[in-house]
Amino acid sequence: MNQFQYVRATKPQAAIEAVAKDPNARFIAGGTNLVDLMKRGVMTPQKLVDINRLDLRKIERQNNALRIGALALNSTVADDRQVRERHPLLALALNAGASPQLRNMATVGGNMLQRTRCPYFYDTALPCNKRQPGSGCGALEGINRMHAIFGFSDKCIAVHPSDMSVALVALDATVQVSGPKGNRSIPFADFHRLPGDTPEKDTNLEPGELITAVDIPDGPFTKHVHYQKVRERASYAFALLSVAAALDIDNGTIKAARLAMGGVAHKPWRLTAAEQALIGKPATEAIFRQAATVAMQGAKAFKHNEYKLRLGPNIIVQALKTAAAA
Amino acid sequence: MATNHEPDVPANHNEDRRTFLKQSSLLTALALVPGPVVSAAEAKLDERVAEAIEQVPLSLKVNGKKLKLKVEPRTTLLDLLRENLHLTGTKKGCDYGQCGACTVHVDGQRVNSCLSFAVMHDGQEITTIEGLADGDKLHPMQEAFVKHDGFQCGYCTPGQIMSAVACVREGHAGSEEEIREYMSGNICRCGAYPNIVAAIQDVKQGGQKV
Ligand SMILES: Cc1cc2nc3c(=O)[nH]c(=O)nc-3n(C[C@H](O)[C@H](O)[C@H](O)COP(=O)(O)OP(=O)(O)OC[C@H]3O[C@@H](n4cnc5c(N)ncnc54)[C@H](O)[C@@H]3O)c2cc1C
Ligand code: FES
Ligand code: FES
Repeated sequence: MNQFQYVRATKPQAAIEAVAKDPNARFIAGGTNLVDLMKRGVMTPQKLVDINRLDLRKIERQNNALRIGALALNSTVADDRQVRERHPLLALALNAGASPQLRNMATVGGNMLQRTRCPYFYDTALPCNKRQPGSGCGALEGINRMHAIFGFSDKCIAVHPSDMSVALVALDATVQVSGPKGNRSIPFADFHRLPGDTPEKDTNLEPGELITAVDIPDGPFTKHVHYQKVRERASYAFALLSVAAALDIDNGTIKAARLAMGGVAHKPWRLTAAEQALIGKPATEAIFRQAATVAMQGAKAFKHNEYKLRLGPNIIVQALKTAAAA
Repeated sequence: MATNHEPDVPANHNEDRRTFLKQSSLLTALALVPGPVVSAAEAKLDERVAEAIEQVPLSLKVNGKKLKLKVEPRTTLLDLLRENLHLTGTKKGCDYGQCGACTVHVDGQRVNSCLSFAVMHDGQEITTIEGLADGDKLHPMQEAFVKHDGFQCGYCTPGQIMSAVACVREGHAGSEEEIREYMSGNICRCGAYPNIVAAIQDVKQGGQKV
């Protein structure tokens, strides 16, 4: 591993300044993604700014939203009473990710910034436009079983691996950030980017911007929710594809619906057209099937991931059925 | 197997590091690092700060013993335990968070010691498999693993036992299904899973304090 300077920040402003003025500096929170990538030489920061002493761990209600501090641990959030009561979908998605040990280390901010698990990104001997802009995309003509079916470009077909983010985009969360130019909020759907010509940029965060919290607005999705994750073993594996489903059902009729997919695009993939196809309709399998067809419009497979075109709609239907029955 | 531990080299014997530090933004470091380092820096800017940054002071309590250490920032908690403190009970399986062999407790919570830097744990309390027994008296979970043959080669066992203790303490050992899910962060290549689950159920049902 490369050498680096290590500093601990006790104030957000000091942390922000340290990272903003040094392009080779990075924040470190749980370390579960960054340490892994540093060991492999995929990321080589010259300076690490440890943000674990910052007071960003609280989970509290503010202005009709639940504010979750960026340093709240994935395990703490999944077990939190308010999260379980108000936003059970988030708890389900968190518990579907990683392992108990990793969830005890991983933070909310770090989770949404975890980088792709594309094998070409991970192997420094292979081409990858995300790791090394201009080197080419190895997956395009290579092994692309895990890869995107929506929103990709000819520069990058990688997918975002976070489970938590799929629930957060479905719940209309907002990311609170603090940077050299002050504070701002970013709607979760605009936080991650599509690859386009600059796949090296995963998100719209500016250099030095620190995530301080995520806000989830109060909503009706407290009962009929489900997170369905398909992976190669029962636990402790990344999603091949996942679906977050949330319904508000009144007397058999769907009053409101949220739907998002993971493992299919460079960002958590919200399915707004499919949501519209559900609203006002009866909560039946036939309607779920129609919405799933709408959801998959525009999907396109590569050589090894054609299975996702059939898996996707089936998992959407399953997730909606389970949510409706919950 | 990847090893990322390198012997500690005293700062003033390493020209490369000093050059690196001179190039990097020293002043930012001063604004961030607390107390003693800053005064050391004012006393003698170059050398002493360089040393303080490269060999970061670290206070830890490991298995009940208070330690004052100096470590290079890139030392993982796992390497600190194994290489510097010679507590080799904690195993390195994958070194990438994928197997659970390196599981220890930090302030009572189970974590993968291979995926964090030791310096991130200043002031915290670490418990390893060596700290679980009470003198010669094995911890109930250790007893149960022996009784139920919860291992074959034994390589994953220290991590399994640390994880199992946490699993019971967290209240995640309610059923076989729950145990399997909450022990999924510990891989056993020998496939001792049924006996590991039996050991955990035994401890849970025995109602002993874990
Ligand atoms: C074996 C394994 C299996 C896994 N399986 C899953 C899975 O199934 N599903 C899943 O979703 N995830 C999975 N993960 C990934 C895990 O969830 C992430 O590694 C974790 O959430 C990252 O959080 P962290 O706090 O450790 O981040 P770090 O590693 O500390 O940081 C990650 C990045 O975020 C930046 N950062 C951190 N906090 C902030 C902040 N507040 N503001 C600005 N920047 C910040 C850092 O600079 C760094 O670039 C797995 C990981 C491993 C190792
Ligand atoms: S050695 Fe840490 S998880 Fe494998
Ligand atoms: S006992 Fe051999 S790996 Fe688990």
